[in-house]
Parts: sequence; structure tokens; C-alpha cells
Amino acid sequence: MIVKSLKFRNSKLADSSEQIEILQNTIQDSGEDNFSNYIKRSGIEKLTSRKIEIFQINMGKMCNQTCKHCHVDAGPDRKEIMTRETMQMCLDKLFETDIPTIDLTGGAPELNPDFRWFVTELKKLNRHIMVRCNLTIILSNPGFNDLPDFFAENNIEVVSSLPYYQKINTDRQRGDGVFEKSIKALQMLNERGYGKQGSGLILNLVYNPSGAFLPGPQHSLENDFKKELMDKYGIVFNNLFTITNMPVSRFLEYLIDSGNYVDYMEKLITSFNAAAVRNVMCTNTISIGWDGYLYDCDFNQMLDMKVKDNLKDHISNFDLNYLDTREIITGQHCFGCTAGSGSSCGGAIS
Amino acid sequence: METYYKPEDLKKFADVAEFDGDLAKKFFEYYGAVFEEGALTAREKSLIALAVAHTVQCPYCIDAYSHDALEKGCSEEQMMEAVHVSTAIRGGSSLVHGVQMMNHVKKVSM
Repeated sequence: MIVKSLKFRNSKLADSSEQIEILQNTIQDSGEDNFSNYIKRSGIEKLTSRKIEIFQINMGKMCNQTCKHCHVDAGPDRKEIMTRETMQMCLDKLFETDIPTIDLTGGAPELNPDFRWFVTELKKLNRHIMVRCNLTIILSNPGFNDLPDFFAENNIEVVSSLPYYQKINTDRQRGDGVFEKSIKALQMLNERGYGKQGSGLILNLVYNPSGAFLPGPQHSLENDFKKELMDKYGIVFNNLFTITNMPVSRFLEYLIDSGNYVDYMEKLITSFNAAAVRNVMCTNTISIGWDGYLYDCDFNQMLDMKVKDNLKDHISNFDLNYLDTREIITGQHCFGCTAGSGSSCGGAIS
Repeated sequence: METYYKPEDLKKFADVAEFDGDLAKKFFEYYGAVFEEGALTAREKSLIALAVAHTVQCPYCIDAYSHDALEKGCSEEQMMEAVHVSTAIRGGSSLVHGVQMMNHVKKVSM
């Protein structure tokens, strides 16, 4: 079945305020179950940034895949992509800072026609660059077949989603045929040296559950993935990151449509882990939208919850001193990052 | 619809402490310790629990350990194999009594 974006289908959930209302007006947001009350009880009065270490750029919502759980609501029918002008502003602001890591995400960031130009310019700043590559993009068009070479030449860390080491679960979540293409793309990356010891080329995989349940222990899943992918396909990789599905956009739609919404939210709340709060990704990340607006994290971005100070919420008025110590905007979706072992773009956090 | 088993009752499991807190505390401490990583992995224990849940036919346990096994990263294939282990033992336990039946039949037959 071909999945279309919420926006294409004119779904009510395409409106972020509708999503926020659902998240706030259910049992979870009343009194004790409010996220900010939970963090207060764990000894944190307000969640604030520690210091920005990751500059995460969403290069656009366009994607060659339409995954059922996508919190970006990305897909081939989404045309919003970052302009070269906005990229130049990112470059200019980064030049003035010493933020060490740049994280390129989307959609499929490679679909942005200025992707390679941008990466080449970013390299001149001498920072660590990572790209969230969905793997199938490499095989989607002959013009992308050389992406492994391009990544390697620029020493980019590749972070790729593979929800399971079996076809059935992967294709259910990411679309028919995705598993086989992902395996082929991983083999191409391996051939270029990615994931191989001593190559210096990092290939990390992301596991996120194919349904309304939390990810298991990261280390144990990593061992399973390494064994299965090596035994069946000869694939190697560096680390597996487990990421919890957030009740945002198409995953929120799935939760509601499948009757799992209330149970899932309860699970996130009852699995609240106070130890994870201090290390949630918003405390060391700034998220830049395709249009240059600034957000505390990728999920806030999709809910259109910009950083608190509306005079400093765009790349054009980027103020590192403010952003390094800003108060973070939270909501009920934040329970997704504090459940169980915690979750971030870099995997489990506690 | 009124039923004996209510899914929401699973969430009230800890409420058994209301009538006897001391024994409940001991039980839940023991329960937690049993499922910790040990000589068997937490994942192996989850699959054993899933199989036993089917043997004792406890709907609460089946829901709980179907979910737990998914969270531990088990595949659907592994989970169904665990259920078949349960089925084989249940079926085998009936069938092995066939020997007793045969013994009796042979004893009383010419």
C-alpha cells in the first residue's frame, strides 16, 4: 500500500496545533502527569541547554520513502526544502562558533539539489559531519549511486535506519522493497570501507520499534543485528542506536488509528526515567528547520514549537550565547525521550 | 461487555498488595530478580515466559510477554516457535500418558 503524507491527504494531523491539542487534552496532561511536573519531581526545575554540541539541520521534508512512523511527515509529495540562501546563513553562523558536530537530516537530505555543495562548504569549517541517510536513496536513481564515494571522500559519518534485520518488519514500517534495497546499499557502503575496522569511516544503524512498543536494550539488540546481518548478508557496521518512536505526525496517526494511543502514552509515562532527563538531546542540540527557524529538537520542529525567544528563533538572528543557556520548551511528547533507557538521535542515553 | 478477564486489570497487578503488603512485596522483589539478566539473557527469559503464559493460558501474561518479547527484540518467528514449544510439551504430556493407557489395556487384555 502506498502511503501519502498527512499533508497530501489533508489530514487534520497535518496541522501541528491539532497534534499538540491531542497530546495535551488527553488524560496525560492533567496535573500529575504533566511532563514538566515529572521533571520537577526528578529535581530539575526547568530543562535548559547545557551547551550546543550538535547543529542539526533539516534539509527538507522531501523523501523517496513514506515510512508509516515518520515524525517529519516526509515523502515524495513534500516539496519543502532548504534554499542555498538559508544554507549560506548556516555556514556563516557556524563559522562564528566552535560547535563540533553537524547533523544533516530530512526527509532525505541528499534529495536537496544543493546537498553536495553544502557538504563541501561545511567540510571547509573542519567539523564532524554526519548524514542521516535512509539507504534506499543510494539506489533510487543512478545519479545517487556514487553517494558512498561522496560520503567517504568527505569522511562523513553515515547514520541509517534499519528497523529490523528481517524483511517483514522493515517493509511494514518503511515500505515494500525497502529491506532488500537497504541491504544492497549497506553492502555498497561496506565495499567503500564504511563500518570496517581501521577505515575511519563510521556507519551506524538506527533501530526503532515497528509498532507501539519501546525499544529493548541497545547493546543486546546491537549484538543481534551484528550477528544476523553478518551471517546472512556479510554486512558490518559500527554501532546500533535504539530510538523510541515519538507520538508525533504519522506515528501519532498510527497510534490513534490502531487504538494504541492511550496505552502507548501510558507506557511512555510509566517508563519515565529520571536519569535520562539530564541527557536528553535538546540539552546539547539546536535543530534548524528547512526554512531556517530554530527549535530545541527535531520533534519540537515538527510540532512547530520554536525556541522560546521569538526574537532569536531564526538562523538569521542566531545568538549562541542565548541558545547555549536557553530554557527548553517541553510538552507531553517529551515523555518519548525519557522513557526506559531514554532516547535521542544518538540512541539510548542512560 | 462483562467478562471475567479485563485487560485493564493487568495494570492493577500491584494492587494485590492492598490485602497483603508483605507477601506482595516479597513476590514482586522475587519476580523482578527472576527476570534480570543472569545465566539466561533477559530476552531468553522473556521467550520462556511467553511459552509458559500459553501453557497456563493466562491472558494477562500473554499480553504482557508478547509486548515484552517485542521490546526485547524478538522476532515474530521466535515468538511463535516459543508458543509451539509450549504446545509440544502440552501435547506431549497428553500423549506420553498413552503409554499408561497401553499398559492398562495390555494388562487387562488377552
